[in-house]
Amino acid sequence: MQHWFLTPDEWRAIALSLQAAVFAVAITLPLGVVVGRLLARGKFLGKSLIETAINLPLVLPPVVTGYLLLVVLGRQGWLGRPLNDWLGVRFVFDFRGVVLASAVAAFPLMVRAIRLAFAGVDRRLEQAARTLGAGPVDAFFTVSLPLAWRGVLAGCVLAFARSLGEFGATIVIAGNIPNETQTIPLYIYGLLESPGGLQQAWRVATVSILLAAAALTVSEYLERTRGE
Amino acid sequence: MTRLDFSCRLRWSDGFQLDATFAAGDGVTALVGPSGSGKTTVLHLIAGLLQPDEGRIALDDRTLTHTARRVFVPPHRRRVGMVFQDYLLFPHLSVRENLRYGQRRRAPQGREFDHVVELLELGELLGRRPGSLSGGEKQRTALGRALLSGPDLLLLDEPVSAVDDRLKDRILGLFERVIREYQLPTLFVSHNPQDVQRLADRVIAFEAGKAKSLPDATTSPTSHSKLESGL
Repeated sequence: MQHWFLTPDEWRAIALSLQAAVFAVAITLPLGVVVGRLLARGKFLGKSLIETAINLPLVLPPVVTGYLLLVVLGRQGWLGRPLNDWLGVRFVFDFRGVVLASAVAAFPLMVRAIRLAFAGVDRRLEQAARTLGAGPVDAFFTVSLPLAWRGVLAGCVLAFARSLGEFGATIVIAGNIPNETQTIPLYIYGLLESPGGLQQAWRVATVSILLAAAALTVSEYLERTRGE
Repeated sequence: MTRLDFSCRLRWSDGFQLDATFAAGDGVTALVGPSGSGKTTVLHLIAGLLQPDEGRIALDDRTLTHTARRVFVPPHRRRVGMVFQDYLLFPHLSVRENLRYGQRRRAPQGREFDHVVELLELGELLGRRPGSLSGGEKQRTALGRALLSGPDLLLLDEPVSAVDDRLKDRILGLFERVIREYQLPTLFVSHNPQDVQRLADRVIAFEAGKAKSLPDATTSPTSHSKLESGL
């Protein structure tokens, strides 16, 4: 019955995927909250430009996203070179590249959910908090954020699921190195290239489907019970 | 003696313009006038929720807003309490936590939680969420919350417009008691002449964004105001 159980290689790919997704969500969450709230409330010059830039990875071919990341953060990139030379931080063929690609791909989904969540909170509640002695940051953390938390969490879950599925940008910037950058999609892709791989891939594919379905269920539940 | 000086101009993008000057002091000042005449805007300007295009607002010797000198005290430092027309209680907090919200941040002296709870008959409600309260209960909670933040000036935006007549009498009675007990200078927006007659020591009428002090005809017998000249 060995056939039914995940092999160590498969476990490693799954663990790596989960790790990368957790990191990607954790890193983008603060920025996602700031940007989501800004887009929900703010009126400022260049707002639609920022919206477009954030949403671009949703519709851009992921390989192009990976290409852009390579141009900026590659070893010869205008940001990647100083990072590498001064801080020894590199993204190419590295787990950091996996996290980066996942984060960029997942960011628009996260921002979208968080923006909706803040748009659903009566902004005058913050005004009431201000008249009661709360500064703007205080009012945000004690009134708006607690009222929007379901949407924020839903955004995290969606971003997490999207991160798990990231393929195109990841393979461009991080490559397909077993145990280092080989996430679930890359592992399956690798299998399909080898003889008999189609039969072997089903176990990991099943795990992938289960994770995605669970994430969708949770985010749907959070959205549905909003305001209860 | 408290004295509020207000003189502001503010033009909205839809063309409405507020251009009002008045003074108010101790006791209750009613702001009356048809809806859209600028009364609520005046309260928001005093609370610091809006900035005028031009003007000056001072409470005694504290300048709250002064556009020419680029002074704008942010709302949380004004010590101006506001009861909003639709209460704006925090739905995720219990009545107790709503009441404590401002008190915790401003730590007022002598205005104790238990006393306000008793005065406004809120004891039974403390553990409940605003969503389960009636209009009158929300109203009392909102007033208690504003009181406990230790304001120097109290702003009431149509405080009884959303409750029915039977309840209104009781709530107006509570307001009277609170205002007299705390000696809080109060500005009170209303379009109901009877409410004004009952609560107000002086009346300022608004018409299309302009303010005008009315002669004393509608004021209560306890009036101790000298008529402030409006314009």
